[in-house]
Amino acid sequence: MKPEEHLQPRLSLRGIEKRYPGVRALAGVDLDVFPGQVHAVLGENGAGKTTLMHVVYGLVAPDEGSMTWEGEPLRLRSPREAIARGIGLVAQHFHLVERHTVAENLALGFPDAPFWRPTRSLLPRLRAAAERYGLALDPRAQVRDLSPGERQRVEIVKALMQGARLLVLDEPTSVLTPTEVDALFAVLRRFVAEGSSVVFVSHKLAEVEVLADAVTVLRRGAVVGRRSAADGLDRRDLARLMVGRDLAATVADRGRARAAAIAAGPVRLRLTDVRVDAPGRAQRPALHVASLEVRGGEIVGIAGVAGNGQSELVAVVAGLRAPSAGTVEVDGREPGSGRRRRGARNQVDAGVALVPEDRTKVGVVGDLSVARNLALRHAHRRPFARGMWIDWQAVARHSQSAVEAYDIATPSTGTPARLLSGGNVQKVILARELDRDPGVVVAVHPTYGLDVAATSQTHERLLAAAGRGAAVLLVSEDLDEVLSLSDRVAVLAGGRVVATMAAADADPEALGLAMAGVAA
Amino acid sequence: MISGLRRQRSLHRWEPRAEAPAWRVMLVTLAAVGVAALVVTWVFVAYGVAPGEAWATIVRRTLLEPRGLSETVRKAIPLLLAGIGLLLAFRARFWNIGAEGQILAGAIGATAIALFTELPGPLVVPAMFLAGMLAGAAWGAVPALLKARMGVNEIITTLMFNYIALYLVRWLINGPWKARSATGFSYSERFPADAVLPTLGATRLHWPTLAIALVLVAVVALLLARSRFGFEVEVLGRSPEAARYAGIDAGRVTLLLAALAAGAAGLAGVGEVAGIHRRLVEPTQLSLGYGYAAILVALLARGKALAVVPAALFLGFVFAAGDVMRVSLRLPSQLPDVVTGLVLLLVVASEPLTRGRWVRRDPAEVAVAAPVAAPVAATVDEPAAGAADASAEGGG
Repeated sequence: MKPEEHLQPRLSLRGIEKRYPGVRALAGVDLDVFPGQVHAVLGENGAGKTTLMHVVYGLVAPDEGSMTWEGEPLRLRSPREAIARGIGLVAQHFHLVERHTVAENLALGFPDAPFWRPTRSLLPRLRAAAERYGLALDPRAQVRDLSPGERQRVEIVKALMQGARLLVLDEPTSVLTPTEVDALFAVLRRFVAEGSSVVFVSHKLAEVEVLADAVTVLRRGAVVGRRSAADGLDRRDLARLMVGRDLAATVADRGRARAAAIAAGPVRLRLTDVRVDAPGRAQRPALHVASLEVRGGEIVGIAGVAGNGQSELVAVVAGLRAPSAGTVEVDGREPGSGRRRRGARNQVDAGVALVPEDRTKVGVVGDLSVARNLALRHAHRRPFARGMWIDWQAVARHSQSAVEAYDIATPSTGTPARLLSGGNVQKVILARELDRDPGVVVAVHPTYGLDVAATSQTHERLLAAAGRGAAVLLVSEDLDEVLSLSDRVAVLAGGRVVATMAAADADPEALGLAMAGVAA
Repeated sequence: MISGLRRQRSLHRWEPRAEAPAWRVMLVTLAAVGVAALVVTWVFVAYGVAPGEAWATIVRRTLLEPRGLSETVRKAIPLLLAGIGLLLAFRARFWNIGAEGQILAGAIGATAIALFTELPGPLVVPAMFLAGMLAGAAWGAVPALLKARMGVNEIITTLMFNYIALYLVRWLINGPWKARSATGFSYSERFPADAVLPTLGATRLHWPTLAIALVLVAVVALLLARSRFGFEVEVLGRSPEAARYAGIDAGRVTLLLAALAAGAAGLAGVGEVAGIHRRLVEPTQLSLGYGYAAILVALLARGKALAVVPAALFLGFVFAAGDVMRVSLRLPSQLPDVVTGLVLLLVVASEPLTRGRWVRRDPAEVAVAAPVAAPVAATVDEPAAGAADASAEGGG
């Protein structure tokens, strides 16, 4: 059953706007979801998909805009109100109590369940829902023993039992095996065939193509395109919409001008046959890089959907964990080889800088002063260390000059780092990591959550580091950023480098497809 | 707007502070101690003792009379040693509850040297201190190793090691090390004269241990403030993730800290057997719960090494006052434990007061109540993978 033009939308969003400090997460989004429709919301990570779904589920209050539900104005103050209207959410991360059984977890979703033996009254309803949609579940199984796919089924059944007529699924297939994906799609089709609605949030083009009746594409919080299955969905067209076509015109010139210089530069970072095993799954390593080389002066962007081996790659290069197999060489030597492994310190001493993903928890110690944070990774060496002692005056002197050179806005160098804004925390990290002319720079989501000014400053710092001869590895989910800064782009999918290309020649379509795990 | 659904908002708002000023921390701590004193006063009244007179007796016999003062200081010695060690361990969030057992282990080490070696006279005491420190350190290193290598919770292991040490001492004084003369009570042979610490005049104040304790406090203060090791401890204690990023070997630092802390407690054990009892005695007499009271010393000092001195003296006063209550006022001997328990409870409970204050809300703010504090309101789309993990706090 396909929606007709004259049909009233079940859920309708108009001009939804949500701003966070420094970010416009949603920029006036319109969305109509009809009965009997699977509506896909497509976009890269950070495009605003999850925020939008949180608005629909009452978790986030929009700053502006209005919603209607079956023709009536909808104002949600909490998920409970959303559930009462018939909106169900299957979140990306499941909200289940591991040590409880399936039935007990379901009972938690029902405030009206009796106090004594709350699960008993649910069993008939559970059985009915399970049969109707073909969702097999053992109500007595403990959640911790279930696979991710089964846990998702619990969440879906919970929403269905709560009487959902609109089911929102946020990246539902990211944890599923292909067979489980097929099963999920069958359930969803049965569900919409009854006249209910599904909002399917994804960045996987293939799935959207197969499942969706309508597609809304988000980029940077704004709707950049709408497509309908009735008019035919084209994967390349969607990829172009999602990634954006106006990519990196300037890169081409810069790239060509620099290519020659880089080709002559020495290889400063070399990974050979590096493998990182995932716990308990030796046959499917989290990371398996046969070969990756970064030359001095070169910026290599790592593109890919989160969870495809990026964090393992970063950890191995920065020395935060040892590879299960293979070698990581910096300037032709393995840091710390020949002596006891000392974790990241070997890498620091070998000249590997890391701008970490989590800047407030990892990149700085919030309770410590700016001055001490500026010395955090080098306190064991001159000029800060004198034998077993630390020369705090040297630390203070260094912090003064770093605050000036990197334009860090802080009341004083003695201010605890946690009182600084995100952009200034990042400046502290950049000052510490880039000030010593490192040989290798690893930057992970370096501009995530930063405002425009801080973003461009960060970009300049990274380009300058490369200009001084550093090999830069840039990991980012922002494809624009990767393409505009990098000389080369490597795409990680399933822990492997599935494609490498010069950024200047990179075709956004091919990139988007490679990221989505589709052979181009 | 459905106003009936809105919850009443309180008229005051908790405002966290960037940095608690020192005077405020001290004020809150003193207030906690004051409240404990009030409760004790009430206990006096309940037991039919005139509170004014009781306090006067206590103060006279613990602080004003030389002999009483020496008892207060003497009881502060093991608290100083164990307390400075625990302060160091707690700074790196190694929750060592095992100082009591480490004191006993130190006492065993000292006794072994005193009774079973034939060292020249002047070397005996230094050898005892060394052996006691090593024994204590070894006792504390096992839980630290278990934590560093296998992630075993140190609260459980250090606590359980106390009981192992207790029964080990009991076995020694009832078995292989039992004195020939011991009939009713069990104890070891008396230490030879070379193995006994000198005391100050006619008091029981074994000053060499006190000197060692004060030097150790100064050394730890210096280490924490100025050394690379101190900086690593500080980073590790505040953010284990950042410590890993900074190349700090958490296992090594934890092991070193735990051994230092336990070694200090071991020294306390040496002082007790060589300075007071002059033989290995029943474990509950050997250490009157100093290892547990030292936890309170470290907490009262709130991370400041030099503050251990007043904190240990205060607890020494509580112990000495307990003797006075028992002997002079004929109050139950459990009362000092009640006092330490009260102080511990109040100090821990008052901790949040140092981190912020209640301020009156703007009336306008109360009226225009925000709808619902959504749990994920601060999330911008998919949160970065690492941010999802909220279980970063160590120590359980």
